[in-house]
Amino acid sequence: MASIWEYANPKKFTATAERLLPVLAVLAVVALATGLIWGFFFTPDDYRQGSTVKIIYLHVPSALMAINTWLMMLAASLIWLIRRHHVSALAARAAAPVGAVMTVIALLTGAIWGQPMWGTWWAWDPRLTSFLILFLFYLGYIALWSAIENDDTAADLTSVLCIVGSVFALLSRYAVNFWNQGLHQGASLSLDKEKNVADVFYHPLLLCIAGFVLLFVALVLLRTVTEIRARRTRALLARERMA
Amino acid sequence: MMPELGKYAGAVLSSYGVSLLLLAGLVAVSVWRSRRTARALREVEERVRNG
Amino acid sequence: MIALFIRDVRLAVRAGGGFGLGLAFFLIVVVLVPFALGPETALLSRIAPGVLWIGALLACLLSLDRIFALDFEDGTLDLIATSPLPLEGVCAAKALAHWVTTGLPLVVAAPVLGVLLSLPAAGYPWLVVSLLVGTPALSVIGTFGAALTVGIKRGGLLLSLLVLPLYVPTLIFGAEVARAGAGDLAVETPLVLLAAVTCVTIALLPFASAAVLRMNLR
Repeated sequence: MASIWEYANPKKFTATAERLLPVLAVLAVVALATGLIWGFFFTPDDYRQGSTVKIIYLHVPSALMAINTWLMMLAASLIWLIRRHHVSALAARAAAPVGAVMTVIALLTGAIWGQPMWGTWWAWDPRLTSFLILFLFYLGYIALWSAIENDDTAADLTSVLCIVGSVFALLSRYAVNFWNQGLHQGASLSLDKEKNVADVFYHPLLLCIAGFVLLFVALVLLRTVTEIRARRTRALLARERMA
Repeated sequence: MMPELGKYAGAVLSSYGVSLLLLAGLVAVSVWRSRRTARALREVEERVRNG
Repeated sequence: MIALFIRDVRLAVRAGGGFGLGLAFFLIVVVLVPFALGPETALLSRIAPGVLWIGALLACLLSLDRIFALDFEDGTLDLIATSPLPLEGVCAAKALAHWVTTGLPLVVAAPVLGVLLSLPAAGYPWLVVSLLVGTPALSVIGTFGAALTVGIKRGGLLLSLLVLPLYVPTLIFGAEVARAGAGDLAVETPLVLLAAVTCVTIALLPFASAAVLRMNLR
Protein backbone atom coordinates (compact mmCIF):
# COMPACT_ATOMS: atom_id res chain seq x y z
CA MET A 1 0.00 0.00 0.00
CA ALA A 2 1.48 3.26 -1.10
CA SER A 3 1.62 6.18 1.30
CA ILE A 4 -1.12 8.75 0.92
CA TRP A 5 1.52 11.43 0.41
CA GLU A 6 2.32 10.00 -3.00
CA TYR A 7 -0.83 11.70 -4.19
CA ALA A 8 0.77 15.02 -3.37
CA ASN A 9 2.39 14.59 -6.77
CA PRO A 10 -0.02 16.32 -9.17
CA LYS A 11 0.71 13.89 -12.03
CA LYS A 12 0.06 10.88 -9.89
CA PHE A 13 -3.02 12.50 -8.37
CA THR A 14 -4.43 13.34 -11.78
CA ALA A 15 -3.86 9.84 -13.09
CA THR A 16 -5.49 8.20 -10.11
CA ALA A 17 -8.35 10.69 -10.06
CA GLU A 18 -9.06 10.08 -13.72
CA ARG A 19 -9.18 6.36 -13.10
CA LEU A 20 -11.42 6.72 -10.05
CA LEU A 21 -13.76 9.34 -11.45
CA PRO A 22 -15.97 7.21 -13.72
CA VAL A 23 -16.42 4.61 -10.99
CA LEU A 24 -17.25 7.21 -8.37
CA ALA A 25 -19.61 9.08 -10.69
CA VAL A 26 -21.54 5.91 -11.53
CA LEU A 27 -21.69 4.90 -7.87
CA ALA A 28 -22.85 8.37 -6.84
CA VAL A 29 -25.60 8.45 -9.46
CA VAL A 30 -26.75 4.93 -8.56
CA ALA A 31 -26.80 5.62 -4.81
CA LEU A 32 -28.50 8.98 -5.20
CA ALA A 33 -31.05 7.74 -7.68
CA THR A 34 -31.90 4.63 -5.66
CA GLY A 35 -32.06 6.55 -2.41
CA LEU A 36 -34.16 9.37 -3.77
CA ILE A 37 -36.53 7.12 -5.72
CA TRP A 38 -36.88 4.81 -2.75
CA GLY A 39 -37.50 7.75 -0.48
CA PHE A 40 -39.81 9.57 -2.83
CA PHE A 41 -41.99 6.73 -4.08
CA PHE A 42 -41.78 3.92 -1.56
CA THR A 43 -41.80 5.39 1.92
CA PRO A 44 -44.95 6.16 3.89
CA ASP A 45 -45.95 9.65 4.98
CA ASP A 46 -45.14 10.70 8.49
CA TYR A 47 -48.28 10.78 10.64
CA ARG A 48 -47.58 14.34 11.75
CA GLN A 49 -45.61 15.88 8.92
CA GLY A 50 -47.47 14.25 6.04
CA SER A 51 -45.61 13.99 2.78
CA THR A 52 -43.16 16.80 3.64
CA VAL A 53 -41.06 14.19 5.42
CA LYS A 54 -39.77 13.24 1.96
CA ILE A 55 -37.73 16.45 1.96
CA ILE A 56 -35.50 14.84 4.59
CA TYR A 57 -33.72 12.86 1.84
CA LEU A 58 -32.30 16.08 0.46
CA HIS A 59 -32.20 18.28 3.52
CA VAL A 60 -30.19 16.12 5.91
CA PRO A 61 -27.51 14.92 3.45
CA SER A 62 -26.92 18.39 2.05
CA ALA A 63 -26.68 19.87 5.55
CA LEU A 64 -24.20 17.17 6.54
CA MET A 65 -22.12 17.81 3.46
CA ALA A 66 -22.22 21.57 4.03
CA ILE A 67 -20.44 21.13 7.35
CA ASN A 68 -18.18 18.26 6.29
CA THR A 69 -16.98 20.20 3.25
CA TRP A 70 -15.75 22.95 5.52
CA LEU A 71 -14.00 20.38 7.71
CA MET A 72 -12.37 18.88 4.63
CA MET A 73 -11.24 22.34 3.55
CA LEU A 74 -9.84 22.89 7.04
CA ALA A 75 -7.87 19.64 6.87
CA ALA A 76 -6.61 20.43 3.38
CA SER A 77 -5.59 23.94 4.46
CA LEU A 78 -3.64 22.56 7.40
CA ILE A 79 -1.90 20.05 5.15
CA TRP A 80 -0.99 22.87 2.76
CA LEU A 81 0.36 25.09 5.51
CA ILE A 82 2.36 22.31 7.13
CA ARG A 83 3.54 20.17 4.22
CA ARG A 84 3.18 22.56 1.26
CA HIS A 85 1.50 20.10 -1.09
CA HIS A 86 -0.09 22.06 -3.89
CA VAL A 87 -2.72 19.43 -4.56
CA SER A 88 -4.00 19.93 -1.03
CA ALA A 89 -4.46 23.67 -1.46
CA LEU A 90 -6.13 23.18 -4.82
CA ALA A 91 -8.46 20.54 -3.35
CA ALA A 92 -9.58 23.04 -0.72
CA ARG A 93 -10.20 25.57 -3.44
CA ALA A 94 -12.11 23.01 -5.50
CA ALA A 95 -14.30 21.99 -2.57
CA ALA A 96 -15.46 25.47 -1.56
CA PRO A 97 -18.10 26.03 -4.27
CA VAL A 98 -19.43 22.51 -3.71
CA GLY A 99 -19.84 23.30 -0.03
CA ALA A 100 -21.53 26.59 -0.83
CA VAL A 101 -24.04 24.85 -3.10
CA MET A 102 -24.69 22.22 -0.41
CA THR A 103 -25.37 25.00 2.10
CA VAL A 104 -27.79 26.66 -0.30
CA ILE A 105 -29.61 23.36 -0.85
CA ALA A 106 -29.87 22.78 2.88
CA LEU A 107 -31.18 26.32 3.44
CA LEU A 108 -33.65 26.21 0.55
CA THR A 109 -35.09 22.78 1.32
CA GLY A 110 -35.24 23.84 4.95
CA ALA A 111 -37.19 26.95 4.04
CA ILE A 112 -39.58 25.01 1.82
CA TRP A 113 -40.05 22.47 4.60
CA GLY A 114 -40.44 25.10 7.27
CA GLN A 115 -43.20 26.92 5.44
CA PRO A 116 -45.93 24.26 5.93
CA MET A 117 -44.53 22.91 9.22
CA TRP A 118 -43.70 26.03 11.19
CA GLY A 119 -45.84 28.41 9.15
CA THR A 120 -42.81 30.46 8.11
CA TRP A 121 -40.11 30.30 5.46
CA TRP A 122 -37.46 31.58 7.74
CA ALA A 123 -37.02 31.88 11.46
CA TRP A 124 -33.99 33.20 13.28
CA ASP A 125 -33.45 29.81 14.75
CA PRO A 126 -29.91 28.89 15.87
CA ARG A 127 -29.45 26.12 13.33
CA LEU A 128 -30.79 28.15 10.45
CA THR A 129 -28.77 31.17 11.45
CA SER A 130 -25.55 29.21 11.81
CA PHE A 131 -26.01 27.82 8.34
CA LEU A 132 -26.54 31.27 6.94
CA ILE A 133 -23.31 32.37 8.64
CA LEU A 134 -21.55 29.30 7.25
CA PHE A 135 -22.73 30.34 3.80
CA LEU A 136 -21.22 33.81 4.34
CA PHE A 137 -17.93 32.17 5.28
CA TYR A 138 -17.99 30.16 2.05
CA LEU A 139 -18.65 33.34 0.07
CA GLY A 140 -15.75 35.15 1.72
CA TYR A 141 -13.43 32.20 1.16
CA ILE A 142 -14.31 31.91 -2.54
CA ALA A 143 -14.06 35.68 -3.01
CA LEU A 144 -10.60 35.77 -1.46
CA TRP A 145 -9.39 32.95 -3.69
CA SER A 146 -10.55 34.70 -6.81
CA ALA A 147 -9.22 38.11 -5.76
CA ILE A 148 -5.54 37.19 -5.46
CA GLU A 149 -3.46 36.66 -8.56
CA ASN A 150 -0.46 34.81 -7.16
CA ASP A 151 -1.51 31.19 -6.64
CA ASP A 152 0.72 30.41 -3.69
CA THR A 153 -0.15 33.60 -1.82
CA ALA A 154 -3.81 32.92 -2.43
CA ALA A 155 -3.44 29.39 -1.08
CA ASP A 156 -1.64 30.67 2.01
CA LEU A 157 -4.11 33.42 2.76
CA THR A 158 -7.21 31.33 2.21
CA SER A 159 -5.77 28.59 4.40
CA VAL A 160 -5.32 31.01 7.27
CA LEU A 161 -8.79 32.41 6.61
CA CYS A 162 -10.19 28.88 6.71
CA ILE A 163 -8.58 28.18 10.08
CA VAL A 164 -9.58 31.49 11.65
CA GLY A 165 -13.01 31.15 10.05
CA SER A 166 -13.47 27.71 11.58
CA VAL A 167 -12.85 29.09 15.04
CA PHE A 168 -15.26 31.94 14.47
CA ALA A 169 -17.88 29.70 12.87
CA LEU A 170 -17.80 27.51 15.96
CA LEU A 171 -17.95 30.58 18.17
CA SER A 172 -20.90 31.92 16.19
CA ARG A 173 -22.67 28.60 16.57
CA TYR A 174 -22.57 28.92 20.35
CA ALA A 175 -23.28 32.63 20.31
CA VAL A 176 -26.35 32.05 18.17
CA ASN A 177 -27.49 29.25 20.46
CA PHE A 178 -27.25 31.62 23.36
CA TRP A 179 -29.06 34.35 21.47
CA ASN A 180 -32.22 32.49 20.55
CA GLN A 181 -33.83 29.19 21.37
CA GLY A 182 -35.04 27.53 18.25
CA LEU A 183 -37.85 25.86 16.39
CA HIS A 184 -35.59 23.31 14.78
CA GLN A 185 -35.65 19.80 16.16
CA GLY A 186 -32.51 18.16 17.47
CA ALA A 187 -30.25 16.00 15.35
CA SER A 188 -32.12 13.58 13.11
CA LEU A 189 -29.35 11.04 13.19
CA SER A 190 -27.64 9.65 16.20
CA LEU A 191 -26.06 6.43 17.31
CA ASP A 192 -28.67 6.19 20.02
CA LYS A 193 -31.38 4.05 18.43
CA GLU A 194 -34.21 5.57 20.48
CA LYS A 195 -33.61 9.09 19.20
CA ASN A 196 -33.17 8.08 15.61
CA VAL A 197 -35.72 8.51 12.86
CA ALA A 198 -37.86 5.44 12.17
CA ASP A 199 -36.26 2.67 10.12
CA VAL A 200 -38.53 3.16 7.10
CA PHE A 201 -37.04 6.60 6.64
CA TYR A 202 -33.61 5.69 7.92
CA HIS A 203 -32.49 3.22 5.25
CA PRO A 204 -33.23 5.34 2.17
CA LEU A 205 -31.77 8.30 4.06
CA LEU A 206 -28.51 6.46 4.59
CA LEU A 207 -28.41 5.66 0.90
CA CYS A 208 -28.97 9.32 0.04
CA ILE A 209 -26.20 10.38 2.41
CA ALA A 210 -23.88 7.86 0.74
CA GLY A 211 -24.92 9.28 -2.62
CA PHE A 212 -24.17 12.84 -1.53
CA VAL A 213 -20.79 11.83 -0.13
CA LEU A 214 -19.85 9.99 -3.34
CA LEU A 215 -21.05 12.89 -5.43
CA PHE A 216 -18.99 15.26 -3.30
CA VAL A 217 -15.84 13.15 -3.64
CA ALA A 218 -16.32 12.81 -7.38
CA LEU A 219 -16.92 16.54 -7.81
CA VAL A 220 -13.93 17.50 -5.68
CA LEU A 221 -11.66 15.13 -7.60
CA LEU A 222 -12.89 16.49 -10.92
CA ARG A 223 -12.53 20.08 -9.81
CA THR A 224 -9.11 19.50 -8.26
CA VAL A 225 -7.87 18.01 -11.51
CA THR A 226 -9.32 21.04 -13.26
CA GLU A 227 -7.43 23.36 -10.91
CA ILE A 228 -4.20 21.43 -11.41
CA ARG A 229 -4.56 21.72 -15.17
CA ALA A 230 -5.49 25.38 -15.03
CA ARG A 231 -2.41 26.04 -12.92
CA ARG A 232 -0.16 24.13 -15.24
CA THR A 233 -1.59 26.02 -18.20
CA ARG A 234 -0.87 29.33 -16.49
CA ALA A 235 2.66 28.22 -15.67
CA LEU A 236 3.34 27.14 -19.26
CA LEU A 237 1.92 30.36 -20.65
CA ALA A 238 4.05 32.39 -18.29
CA ARG A 239 7.17 30.48 -19.36
CA GLU A 240 6.25 31.02 -23.00
CA ARG A 241 5.98 34.75 -22.46
CA MET A 242 9.34 34.81 -20.73
CA ALA A 243 11.08 32.98 -23.56
CA MET B 1 -47.07 5.49 -10.05
CA MET B 2 -47.00 8.99 -8.56
CA PRO B 3 -47.40 8.80 -4.80
CA GLU B 4 -50.20 10.74 -3.16
CA LEU B 5 -48.52 13.84 -1.78
CA GLY B 6 -51.64 15.46 -0.39
CA LYS B 7 -51.70 19.15 0.37
CA TYR B 8 -47.92 19.38 0.64
CA ALA B 9 -47.28 18.36 -2.98
CA GLY B 10 -46.02 21.82 -3.87
CA ALA B 11 -43.51 21.91 -1.05
CA VAL B 12 -42.12 18.43 -1.68
CA LEU B 13 -41.93 18.77 -5.45
CA SER B 14 -40.40 22.23 -5.37
CA SER B 15 -37.73 21.20 -2.88
CA TYR B 16 -36.80 18.21 -5.04
CA GLY B 17 -36.84 20.39 -8.12
CA VAL B 18 -34.69 23.13 -6.64
CA SER B 19 -32.15 20.73 -5.15
CA LEU B 20 -31.76 18.59 -8.24
CA LEU B 21 -31.49 21.69 -10.38
CA LEU B 22 -28.72 23.09 -8.18
CA LEU B 23 -26.85 19.79 -8.12
CA ALA B 24 -27.18 19.42 -11.87
CA GLY B 25 -25.95 22.96 -12.34
CA LEU B 26 -22.95 22.34 -10.12
CA VAL B 27 -22.07 19.14 -11.98
CA ALA B 28 -22.56 20.82 -15.36
CA VAL B 29 -20.33 23.77 -14.46
CA SER B 30 -17.65 21.47 -13.05
CA VAL B 31 -17.63 19.22 -16.11
CA TRP B 32 -17.68 22.17 -18.50
CA ARG B 33 -14.76 23.86 -16.76
CA SER B 34 -12.87 20.58 -16.61
CA ARG B 35 -13.25 20.06 -20.36
CA ARG B 36 -12.25 23.62 -21.13
CA THR B 37 -9.12 23.59 -19.00
CA ALA B 38 -8.14 20.17 -20.33
CA ARG B 39 -8.40 21.49 -23.88
CA ALA B 40 -6.50 24.67 -23.05
CA LEU B 41 -3.70 22.67 -21.41
CA ARG B 42 -3.48 20.31 -24.39
CA GLU B 43 -3.18 23.23 -26.78
CA VAL B 44 -0.47 24.91 -24.77
CA GLU B 45 1.46 21.68 -24.28
CA GLU B 46 1.38 20.93 -27.97
CA ARG B 47 2.57 24.40 -28.80
CA VAL B 48 5.42 24.06 -26.32
CA ARG B 49 6.43 20.71 -27.80
CA ASN B 50 6.30 21.91 -31.40
CA GLY B 51 7.48 25.47 -30.99
CA MET C 1 6.28 49.74 18.98
CA ILE C 2 5.15 52.70 21.03
CA ALA C 3 6.59 55.01 18.40
CA LEU C 4 4.69 53.13 15.72
CA PHE C 5 1.50 53.42 17.75
CA ILE C 6 1.93 57.15 18.23
CA ARG C 7 2.74 57.62 14.56
CA ASP C 8 -0.40 55.76 13.51
CA VAL C 9 -2.60 57.73 15.85
CA ARG C 10 -1.08 60.99 14.58
CA LEU C 11 -1.60 60.03 10.96
CA ALA C 12 -5.20 59.08 11.62
CA VAL C 13 -6.02 62.26 13.50
CA ARG C 14 -4.43 64.53 10.93
CA ALA C 15 -6.76 65.87 8.23
CA GLY C 16 -7.67 63.28 5.64
CA GLY C 17 -6.85 60.46 8.02
CA GLY C 18 -10.46 59.47 8.40
CA PHE C 19 -10.59 60.16 12.10
CA GLY C 20 -13.82 62.13 11.99
CA LEU C 21 -15.23 60.10 9.15
CA GLY C 22 -16.20 57.10 11.25
CA LEU C 23 -17.89 59.30 13.80
CA ALA C 24 -19.80 61.20 11.13
CA PHE C 25 -20.87 57.93 9.58
CA PHE C 26 -22.06 56.66 12.95
CA LEU C 27 -24.09 59.84 13.42
CA ILE C 28 -25.66 59.55 9.97
CA VAL C 29 -26.66 55.91 10.43
CA VAL C 30 -28.32 56.72 13.73
CA VAL C 31 -30.12 59.72 12.23
CA LEU C 32 -31.34 57.72 9.24
CA VAL C 33 -32.90 54.95 11.32
CA PRO C 34 -35.86 57.00 12.59
CA PHE C 35 -36.47 58.21 9.02
CA ALA C 36 -36.82 54.61 7.91
CA LEU C 37 -38.80 53.31 10.87
CA GLY C 38 -40.90 56.30 11.92
CA PRO C 39 -40.47 58.62 14.88
CA GLU C 40 -42.41 56.51 17.39
CA THR C 41 -40.52 56.79 20.69
CA ALA C 42 -41.49 53.40 22.13
CA LEU C 43 -40.26 51.54 19.05
CA LEU C 44 -37.04 53.56 18.85
CA SER C 45 -36.16 53.03 22.49
CA ARG C 46 -36.69 49.29 22.04
CA ILE C 47 -34.33 49.00 19.08
CA ALA C 48 -31.85 51.68 20.19
CA PRO C 49 -29.20 49.30 21.64
CA GLY C 50 -29.15 47.19 18.50
CA VAL C 51 -29.04 50.18 16.16
CA LEU C 52 -26.18 51.76 18.10
CA TRP C 53 -24.23 48.51 17.97
CA ILE C 54 -24.79 48.09 14.25
CA GLY C 55 -23.82 51.70 13.67
CA ALA C 56 -20.62 51.33 15.68
CA LEU C 57 -19.77 48.14 13.82
CA LEU C 58 -20.22 49.71 10.39
CA ALA C 59 -18.33 52.83 11.38
CA CYS C 60 -15.49 50.60 12.55
CA LEU C 61 -15.51 48.78 9.24
CA LEU C 62 -15.19 52.03 7.33
CA SER C 63 -11.64 52.80 8.44
CA LEU C 64 -10.25 49.26 8.39
CA ASP C 65 -8.66 49.37 4.95
CA ARG C 66 -6.52 52.32 6.06
CA ILE C 67 -4.71 50.23 8.66
CA PHE C 68 -2.20 48.75 6.22
CA ALA C 69 -3.10 50.06 2.76
CA LEU C 70 -1.28 53.41 2.92
CA ASP C 71 1.83 51.92 4.50
CA PHE C 72 1.79 49.16 1.91
CA GLU C 73 1.56 51.55 -1.01
CA ASP C 74 4.47 53.79 -0.05
CA GLY C 75 6.65 50.90 1.07
CA THR C 76 6.65 51.76 4.76
CA LEU C 77 5.24 48.35 5.53
CA ASP C 78 8.27 46.63 4.00
CA LEU C 79 10.54 48.79 6.13
CA ILE C 80 8.55 47.95 9.24
CA ALA C 81 8.59 44.26 8.36
CA THR C 82 12.37 44.19 7.94
CA SER C 83 12.94 46.12 11.15
CA PRO C 84 13.77 44.17 14.30
CA LEU C 85 10.23 44.65 15.59
CA PRO C 86 8.23 41.42 15.72
CA LEU C 87 5.44 41.62 13.18
CA GLU C 88 2.98 40.34 15.79
CA GLY C 89 3.74 43.40 17.88
CA VAL C 90 3.32 45.63 14.84
CA CYS C 91 -0.12 44.15 14.22
CA ALA C 92 -1.10 44.60 17.86
CA ALA C 93 0.11 48.22 17.82
CA LYS C 94 -1.78 48.91 14.60
CA ALA C 95 -4.94 47.37 16.05
CA LEU C 96 -4.55 49.44 19.20
CA ALA C 97 -4.08 52.60 17.16
CA HIS C 98 -7.19 51.77 15.15
CA TRP C 99 -9.13 51.24 18.34
CA VAL C 100 -7.95 54.49 19.91
CA THR C 101 -8.83 56.50 16.81
CA THR C 102 -12.08 54.70 15.91
CA GLY C 103 -13.41 52.52 18.70
CA LEU C 104 -12.85 54.91 21.58
CA PRO C 105 -14.56 57.91 19.91
CA LEU C 106 -17.49 55.64 19.07
CA VAL C 107 -17.77 54.62 22.71
CA VAL C 108 -17.79 58.26 23.76
CA ALA C 109 -20.30 59.26 21.08
CA ALA C 110 -22.70 56.38 21.63
CA PRO C 111 -24.49 57.78 24.72
CA VAL C 112 -25.04 61.09 22.94
CA LEU C 113 -26.58 59.31 19.99
CA GLY C 114 -28.56 57.16 22.42
CA VAL C 115 -30.47 60.30 23.34
CA LEU C 116 -31.55 60.68 19.73
CA LEU C 117 -33.03 57.18 19.84
CA SER C 118 -34.52 57.70 23.32
CA LEU C 119 -32.55 54.88 24.86
CA PRO C 120 -33.96 54.03 28.33
CA ALA C 121 -31.95 55.59 31.15
CA ALA C 122 -30.87 52.22 32.56
CA GLY C 123 -29.27 51.36 29.24
CA TYR C 124 -26.57 54.07 29.09
CA PRO C 125 -23.96 52.57 31.41
CA TRP C 126 -24.33 49.11 29.90
CA LEU C 127 -24.22 50.46 26.36
CA VAL C 128 -20.93 52.18 27.12
CA VAL C 129 -19.56 49.16 28.93
CA SER C 130 -20.54 46.76 26.14
CA LEU C 131 -18.98 48.97 23.49
CA LEU C 132 -15.89 49.50 25.60
CA VAL C 133 -15.43 45.75 25.98
CA GLY C 134 -16.51 44.83 22.47
CA THR C 135 -14.87 47.38 20.15
CA PRO C 136 -11.28 46.20 20.80
CA ALA C 137 -12.31 42.85 19.34
CA LEU C 138 -13.71 44.66 16.30
CA SER C 139 -10.38 46.44 15.78
CA VAL C 140 -8.30 43.29 16.18
CA ILE C 141 -10.50 41.24 13.86
CA GLY C 142 -10.50 44.13 11.42
CA THR C 143 -6.70 44.24 11.48
CA PHE C 144 -6.67 40.58 10.51
CA GLY C 145 -9.04 41.31 7.63
CA ALA C 146 -6.95 44.28 6.54
CA ALA C 147 -3.80 42.15 6.63
CA LEU C 148 -5.52 39.53 4.47
CA THR C 149 -6.54 42.01 1.79
CA VAL C 150 -3.53 44.32 1.88
CA GLY C 151 -2.15 43.23 -1.50
CA ILE C 152 -5.46 43.46 -3.31
CA LYS C 153 -6.41 46.55 -5.26
CA ARG C 154 -9.90 47.74 -4.44
CA GLY C 155 -10.03 45.28 -1.57
CA GLY C 156 -12.51 47.36 0.44
CA LEU C 157 -15.61 45.41 -0.51
CA LEU C 158 -13.86 42.08 -0.11
CA LEU C 159 -12.63 43.23 3.27
CA SER C 160 -16.21 43.81 4.44
CA LEU C 161 -17.30 40.43 3.12
CA LEU C 162 -14.48 38.73 5.01
CA VAL C 163 -14.70 40.68 8.23
CA LEU C 164 -18.44 40.96 8.82
CA PRO C 165 -19.06 37.22 9.42
CA LEU C 166 -16.20 37.30 11.93
CA TYR C 167 -18.00 40.09 13.79
CA VAL C 168 -21.06 37.93 14.48
CA PRO C 169 -20.16 36.65 17.97
CA THR C 170 -19.08 40.08 19.18
CA LEU C 171 -22.20 41.68 17.80
CA ILE C 172 -24.50 39.08 19.34
CA PHE C 173 -23.01 39.31 22.82
CA GLY C 174 -22.46 43.07 22.70
CA ALA C 175 -25.97 43.89 21.56
CA GLU C 176 -27.32 41.41 24.10
CA VAL C 177 -25.53 43.24 26.92
CA ALA C 178 -26.85 46.61 25.73
CA ARG C 179 -30.36 45.25 25.25
CA ALA C 180 -30.47 43.47 28.59
CA GLY C 181 -29.08 46.58 30.26
CA ALA C 182 -31.73 48.78 28.67
CA GLY C 183 -34.44 46.36 29.80
CA ASP C 184 -33.16 46.11 33.39
CA LEU C 185 -32.31 42.43 32.95
CA ALA C 186 -29.26 40.48 34.10
CA VAL C 187 -26.23 41.37 31.96
CA GLU C 188 -23.54 39.26 33.60
CA THR C 189 -23.61 36.22 31.29
CA PRO C 190 -23.42 38.01 27.93
CA LEU C 191 -20.95 40.52 29.35
CA VAL C 192 -18.61 37.77 30.50
CA LEU C 193 -18.93 36.00 27.15
CA LEU C 194 -18.30 39.26 25.29
CA ALA C 195 -15.19 39.86 27.38
CA ALA C 196 -14.08 36.29 26.68
CA VAL C 197 -14.43 36.76 22.92
CA THR C 198 -12.49 40.01 23.11
CA CYS C 199 -9.69 38.51 25.22
CA VAL C 200 -9.29 35.48 22.95
CA THR C 201 -9.22 37.59 19.77
CA ILE C 202 -6.70 40.00 21.27
CA ALA C 203 -4.52 37.12 22.41
CA LEU C 204 -4.56 35.05 19.22
CA LEU C 205 -5.44 37.14 16.18
CA PRO C 206 -2.30 39.33 16.08
CA PHE C 207 -0.36 36.12 15.38
CA ALA C 208 -2.69 35.25 12.50
CA SER C 209 -2.48 38.83 11.21
CA ALA C 210 1.30 38.75 11.32
CA ALA C 211 1.41 35.38 9.53
CA VAL C 212 -0.89 36.67 6.83
CA LEU C 213 1.09 39.88 6.48
CA ARG C 214 4.30 37.90 5.98
CA MET C 215 2.63 35.91 3.21
CA ASN C 216 1.46 39.10 1.56
CA LEU C 217 4.84 40.78 1.72
CA ARG C 218 6.81 37.79 0.48
